Amino acid sequence: MMDEVLSIAFLMSAATLRVATPLILCAMGGLFSERSGIIDVGLEGKMLMAAFFAAATASATGSAWAGVGAGVIAAEALALLHGFACITHRGNQVVSGVALNILAAGLTVVLGNAWFKQGGLTPPLTANERLMPLAFPNAGDSILVYVALLSVPFTWWLVGRTRFGLRLRAVGELPLAVDAAGISVAGLRYRAVLLCGLLAGLAGAYIAIAQNAGFTRDMTAGQGFIALAALIFGKWRPFSAFGACLMFGLLDAIAIRLQGLKVPGIGEVPVQLFQALPYLLTMFLLAGFIGRAVAPKAIGVPYTKEH
Amino acid sequence: MQVLTSDSSIERSSIDLAIELRSIDKSFGSVHAVRDVSMRIEAGRVTGIVGENGAGKSTLMSILYGLYRADAGEILVGGAAMQMDSPRDAIAHGIGMVHQHFMLIDSFTVLENLVLGAEGGALLANGLAAARAELGRLSREYGLTVDPDALVADLSVGEQQRVEILKVLFRGARILILDEPSAVLTPQEADQLFRILATLKAHGVTVVLITHKLREIMAATDAVYVMRQGEIVAGRATSDTNPEELAELMVGRKVLTHLDKAPPRRGEVVLRAEHLSLVDARGVRLLEDIGLELRAGEIVGIAGVSGNGQTELLQVLAGIRAPTGGRLEVCGRTIDAEHPVDPAEMRELGLAHVPEDRLRQGMVADFRASETSILGYHEDEPFSNHWLLDGPAVGKHCTELMQRFDVRPRAPGLHSASFSGGNQQKLVLAREMDQAPKVLLVGQPTRGVDIGAIEFIHRELVKSRDAGCAVLVVSVELEEILSLADRILVMFAGRIVGDVDAAAANERQLGLMMAGAQAT
Repeated sequence: MMDEVLSIAFLMSAATLRVATPLILCAMGGLFSERSGIIDVGLEGKMLMAAFFAAATASATGSAWAGVGAGVIAAEALALLHGFACITHRGNQVVSGVALNILAAGLTVVLGNAWFKQGGLTPPLTANERLMPLAFPNAGDSILVYVALLSVPFTWWLVGRTRFGLRLRAVGELPLAVDAAGISVAGLRYRAVLLCGLLAGLAGAYIAIAQNAGFTRDMTAGQGFIALAALIFGKWRPFSAFGACLMFGLLDAIAIRLQGLKVPGIGEVPVQLFQALPYLLTMFLLAGFIGRAVAPKAIGVPYTKEH
Repeated sequence: MQVLTSDSSIERSSIDLAIELRSIDKSFGSVHAVRDVSMRIEAGRVTGIVGENGAGKSTLMSILYGLYRADAGEILVGGAAMQMDSPRDAIAHGIGMVHQHFMLIDSFTVLENLVLGAEGGALLANGLAAARAELGRLSREYGLTVDPDALVADLSVGEQQRVEILKVLFRGARILILDEPSAVLTPQEADQLFRILATLKAHGVTVVLITHKLREIMAATDAVYVMRQGEIVAGRATSDTNPEELAELMVGRKVLTHLDKAPPRRGEVVLRAEHLSLVDARGVRLLEDIGLELRAGEIVGIAGVSGNGQTELLQVLAGIRAPTGGRLEVCGRTIDAEHPVDPAEMRELGLAHVPEDRLRQGMVADFRASETSILGYHEDEPFSNHWLLDGPAVGKHCTELMQRFDVRPRAPGLHSASFSGGNQQKLVLAREMDQAPKVLLVGQPTRGVDIGAIEFIHRELVKSRDAGCAVLVVSVELEEILSLADRILVMFAGRIVGDVDAAAANERQLGLMMAGAQAT
């Protein structure tokens, strides 16, 4: 009995981590962008675009790593577009992010149809074309799971302990002070959105070629938004956001495990209810609990210097 | 306020030039902000630049600091021509600036703010340790003490300014530009600032002081330039000039230093406070046993060093906060802890309030001037029929107020924040006075207001008094109280410690009471 409980707990935690991996990568990416003062509603779009290009490239070249590279490049392209709109041209950051999401949702399907003619899907990937699970340290985990785990202390260190991090935090709070100190506000913010693109790209690639074996339409299913919620719930701090990602991951893992479970007196609980849980929790948390979350002061405000 | 004497006996010819500006010119669109300005700033001296709001002082200094680029002209630092493309260039040439609005990050510690932009390496740990040592040295040398690990958000305004000065010194600046440094300070903090400037000067630091307060120019500078409408209209050794001359140069006409007013014709008591007290949620006693009477047709001035309860007293009198003890009678209505009142009801009783913090309480910065001009009265006829605002009526009303109170520019559609401090104040004052109130409470009537507007506002307040209004003025400017008020109350530590007739009052006696040296 005890063994069974332990083994279920272990399986659950492993599953949680695997489900949370794209959330963690994405939330860390969003953290860089948002701490620099650039709202990133477009995490979802970046991930989706990365997923598509990762799967398409892996399928075309037969190399999983070429797929990862292509995914990152695709996400970076969207990140640059976001930067161009919001940093260079001081556009509305939320509008730009939403536009990127719509662009990604449409473009992935259109390109998929044109290139592969499988109704928006990419061809199923063979084992060689996927990032296969490692045998060690925990059998079944992709290398990107460990990258995601390492991205958390790395983000904490970069933001909290380096010159770049200090300036990044400063530019998200009071860009005028950064400018007055003789540092380029735009330069810092571009670097931040590029870091965001890198991590969101890895998250997308993970979904398409490690977690799954190919791209399907809208396969990110709102995980970019959940990552954003985790980031806000974690008050824009790396370890807190990581904790929030794990919580969302756990809910997801529970939902998968409880599928088909019969509750006495009620009968079989609909799968959809469990699948909706993370989204419901997101709304609940965002509406109620973190009302007092302290966002970077200059978030969402384009920096204008009069000349 | 303590007055520091400046040392003007030093031989002038032996002084080197720290900065020379030659024919600097700058326009923003159609506004010619700085016209053909030439200026010589001597090393190791304190040079003042005075002028009314909008005279171009801050623009000129922003050009020197590389924040703006001049359209024409030359900047020489230490005799060599320099190109100032960004603050980085200015910092590299030893020029540092303390801005009017602090460039500090609230959520950072003092130390983190200090190193921003001069971190000394890609990793923070070493840089922060070195900065901590350097901060200790600077603190000792210049007498600028501040806790390196305190969050900036927890510091007082005076301490934050010290951090700004330290930031500049930390970058090795030998030329320090201060933009309206005393505007945000209490009188004590301002005194401290000027002692710091004297220390800096003694250590050979060149200081450029931008201000519109003549008293500071006379007290702290060696030389002074006067700017008006973007031009330098005069440059003087401070010892060769006097406040009257400077004021005249600033506005280009003789300033009324004395306010002509007839003796008050006092009527009935319209506002009476008895044993009024206020204790906040933490149990701090903010107001204690306040008793005062305000009669129609008189101006009562409340003097005191800021932070001695004047703000809270205004809030209680205006109905913003309820008293925790005692009672207040306004135009026949009695208010106490059990029977509080809200500001709207006060307004109906005939009490108008021009708040101390006009940007936050007197207006909404993003609203148009026409909207600001009806704020608080926006549900009254003819502006509204309780459902819809009548735009043309509001616009017409605002235009009338602007004409009567000489608010410039006369643009009801302009954002309230786009007006200068003086014009904002005139607009708020116009709104409140237009209601012909029985009681008018005015907090800091001329804070951040230029000389021309000060005179105008004072005359309007006297006019209002002569029309039978009871006026209560709270100001930290003693000269203002002395020239405006018929009766002066002095506040100290939440109590009224003095009640004197203005005709019999003198600055020294009031100063002693404000310092708590004398209690009645």
